[in-house]
Amino acid sequence: MQTNFTDTQLADPATRRSNEILRSCVHCGFCTATCPTYKVLGDELDSPRGRIYLIKDMLENNKVPDERTVTHIDRCLSCLSCMTTCPSGVHYMHLIDHAREYIEKTYKRRWDERALRWLLAKILPYPGRFRLALIGARLARPFRKLLPDARLRAMLEMAPDFIPPASENDRPQSFSAIGARRKRVALLIGCAQRALNTDINDATIRLLRRHGCEVVIPKGIGCCGALTHHMGKVEESHAMAAANVRAIVHELDGEGLDAVVINTSGCGTTVKDYAHLLRDHPIADDAARVAALAKDVTEIMADLGLNDPFHAEPLRVAYHAACSLQHGQQIRSAPKDLLRAAGFEVVEPRDSHICCGSAGTYNLMQPAISSELKDRKLATIEATRPQVISAGNIGCMMQISSATEIPLVHTVELLDWATGGPKPRSIANAVTVKMRELPACRC
Amino acid sequence: MSTIAMPEPDAGVLARAPQIIAALEAALPAGTVISSPEETRAYECDALTAYRCPPLAVVLPRTTEEVATAMRVCHELRVPVVPRGAGTSLAGGALPTADSVVIGTMRLREILEVDTANRFIRVQTGVTNLAVSAELEVQGFFYAPDPSSQLACTIAGNIAMNSGGAHCLKYGVTTNNLMGVRIVMATGDIVELGGPLPGVSGLDLVGLICGSEGQLAIVTEATLRIVPKPEGARPVLIGFDSAETAGECVGRIIRSGLLPVAIEYMDDVCLRAVEAFVKAGYPNCAAVLIVEVEGSEAEIDHQIERIRLIAEELNPVEFRASRTAEESLAIWKGRKSAFGAMGRLGDYLCLDGTVPVSKLPHTLKRIGELSKAYGLEVANVFHAGDGNMHPLILFDANAPGELERAEEFGADILRLCVDVGGCLTGEHGVGIEKRDLMTKQYTADDLAIQMEIKSVFDPAWLLNPAKVFPLEVSQPHRHAAARCP
Repeated sequence: MQTNFTDTQLADPATRRSNEILRSCVHCGFCTATCPTYKVLGDELDSPRGRIYLIKDMLENNKVPDERTVTHIDRCLSCLSCMTTCPSGVHYMHLIDHAREYIEKTYKRRWDERALRWLLAKILPYPGRFRLALIGARLARPFRKLLPDARLRAMLEMAPDFIPPASENDRPQSFSAIGARRKRVALLIGCAQRALNTDINDATIRLLRRHGCEVVIPKGIGCCGALTHHMGKVEESHAMAAANVRAIVHELDGEGLDAVVINTSGCGTTVKDYAHLLRDHPIADDAARVAALAKDVTEIMADLGLNDPFHAEPLRVAYHAACSLQHGQQIRSAPKDLLRAAGFEVVEPRDSHICCGSAGTYNLMQPAISSELKDRKLATIEATRPQVISAGNIGCMMQISSATEIPLVHTVELLDWATGGPKPRSIANAVTVKMRELPACRC
Repeated sequence: MSTIAMPEPDAGVLARAPQIIAALEAALPAGTVISSPEETRAYECDALTAYRCPPLAVVLPRTTEEVATAMRVCHELRVPVVPRGAGTSLAGGALPTADSVVIGTMRLREILEVDTANRFIRVQTGVTNLAVSAELEVQGFFYAPDPSSQLACTIAGNIAMNSGGAHCLKYGVTTNNLMGVRIVMATGDIVELGGPLPGVSGLDLVGLICGSEGQLAIVTEATLRIVPKPEGARPVLIGFDSAETAGECVGRIIRSGLLPVAIEYMDDVCLRAVEAFVKAGYPNCAAVLIVEVEGSEAEIDHQIERIRLIAEELNPVEFRASRTAEESLAIWKGRKSAFGAMGRLGDYLCLDGTVPVSKLPHTLKRIGELSKAYGLEVANVFHAGDGNMHPLILFDANAPGELERAEEFGADILRLCVDVGGCLTGEHGVGIEKRDLMTKQYTADDLAIQMEIKSVFDPAWLLNPAKVFPLEVSQPHRHAAARCP
């Protein structure tokens, strides 16, 4: 596509990158077909091609965006389905990230919107604060109908019944490999996940140790920066990313690391992009080293090969593909192959490429679209008649489990169970999981 | 910016823009009308981005009745209407004018009826082409026309442009698979034409609507013929050291009486791009054909053997027959990603012309000569079985003058298609891209008849203005329409 930037504009590295991306778009429209918000809203302005147009117009003309433009860009889930679909390799992720940063700098949101974003940015990335907020939300939940704002209601509704205490395993330390050490890996323990569900990191540590990994929780590791990055708050996100890079490089230059393992795919997409994120930062080279080591837990497990399973029940598992895994990191078959190797029957819902509507803070900021996507996702999952649903991202897990009785587990919990770990808590607690005659699958 | 002229917008309509928008908003549900300049800009073009013009407003109805309401308002206020499907047209079929209202069909997404016993599916026309086949998959049926943009393009656009695709060699283009339509006339009246029963007597009005490029009406529902999926299908890949020999091979296959499902052609420019992009493992040669045959295993083997005998007479560089599903995927991989691969080389103009299959070798040779003369590289990747060519002219949109040169080159290729007995379009339609070349294809009388027919459906000439008919040819009609009450 033709672009109209002046040389002065192109002197800015972010604009130069966006120009490259815009130039690679041929405006073919394929991306519209797999965009969840376009499917729900049916307006090209709520599709990648429309947003690319809005962004192009905003950047070329140094515009302060109007409210409508911001709304359409805010409605993007950053699910990156468009990047899987795009035949021309348009790097939509970098473009929308730039747009969000630009909007944050130039556009003044209404006071309540600003307050909400400030609050989320100050709470979600910090597990201690988030845990307190969850407890508060849990107590306030019965009164949610009194709230005038759908977003605040959505937040209270998201608060889970069970809020686990902080896990000792998430403190900086090293877990030795069981048997001969095959790899030394760092685990990104995450932020919101640590407050919501401590079983995932616990299962990951057990699983990796059992497969010959020494697992290190580096001192100073924390939120990957994705949550604030997607709000356009780059100062915060860059600081968080840099802190992680320093923490990991300390281990890397010390005893060495074979991988940085990530079990929240939303974070994985961001850590793998650290080289770009911190390209103008003094530690850009280190950021590139860390990005190159980043691996989703299913990637490293596929490398290691699963031990012979002996433990789990052969449940029918609906695999929910998190967008950050299938689109952001282009990891599609590894989780399913591993689950099959672990002895589970794996089924996939129709339209598995479409987002469940979780998308980081999206379900809190855009409750209407998010809940429509959740309903659609659940209908397709339930049509597969699963006994359990598995996913590789805490956001999707929270989103989907909020509306179904079917137990939801992280993929690593099943792999851990199958190779000797405990039965996942949500399966053990569920009353509906029975080994019963299953009706024929409808999808 | 460009060489194809558009008429001056109607100053009267522009002056009344606020009233027109208010009237549309009053008549339609909230959230249906888009009119802010920031937002209409995203609708200023389709996939032919060299031509752009934001419309006065965009209307996105959810039902046929809402389309009718929008049409009625526009008709009463004498506002031109530009119908839009998914906006994937490469011919500028959905290019707005400043004085027009775009009516999009993308929210008309219901699958209304599937009847495998009577072999049809009835859909709203905002459903995408691929979604139709996806809906039929479980029952073992599919919808045959499969344009390369089938993931995104809508049935509405397919009908407007009479779209084809790789499968059309065997199954025909849209018009051969369209049984009935529900249309909204320019006045807002809703009319049903045809239906699921074959052999309806009287004039074939469905055939008239198909390919009419939004000049006659907006199609909101369609009854489509569906076909059972074959038992199996497998491709062969044949490499040649000259484009002409590959073209000759296509003619010999068809002449032998074989009817493959698809014969696809890719030349060396395209092959290099594809190899760099997806490493499909294609031979390094001047041209490759992919020929797919279908049927039972025995039928497939028999057909592949006959193709092998035909190809061997022409000394192919390589003959690779697929034996398994994986090998089939590997053979198709490069072809399916061809357009994406070309996109990575830079900007391109994707042309669409049809020539008699027997004239393929000559046409390919001439295109090569023109490419040298214009100093612009061209890649040929197309449905060779029915002679539907898609030369892709590579250029740099940011380099002054290159687009104009590419357009002139494209026009020369299309004139060449007509000169050898072919036509201007295979499946993309005329739009604005080939509008001014229509006089090359048709006599003044031919065009006069077509415009008379348009005047019957759209006496005020409000539908999809400045498309299909060259402006100077349509001028008297448009002038007369402007004066009628």
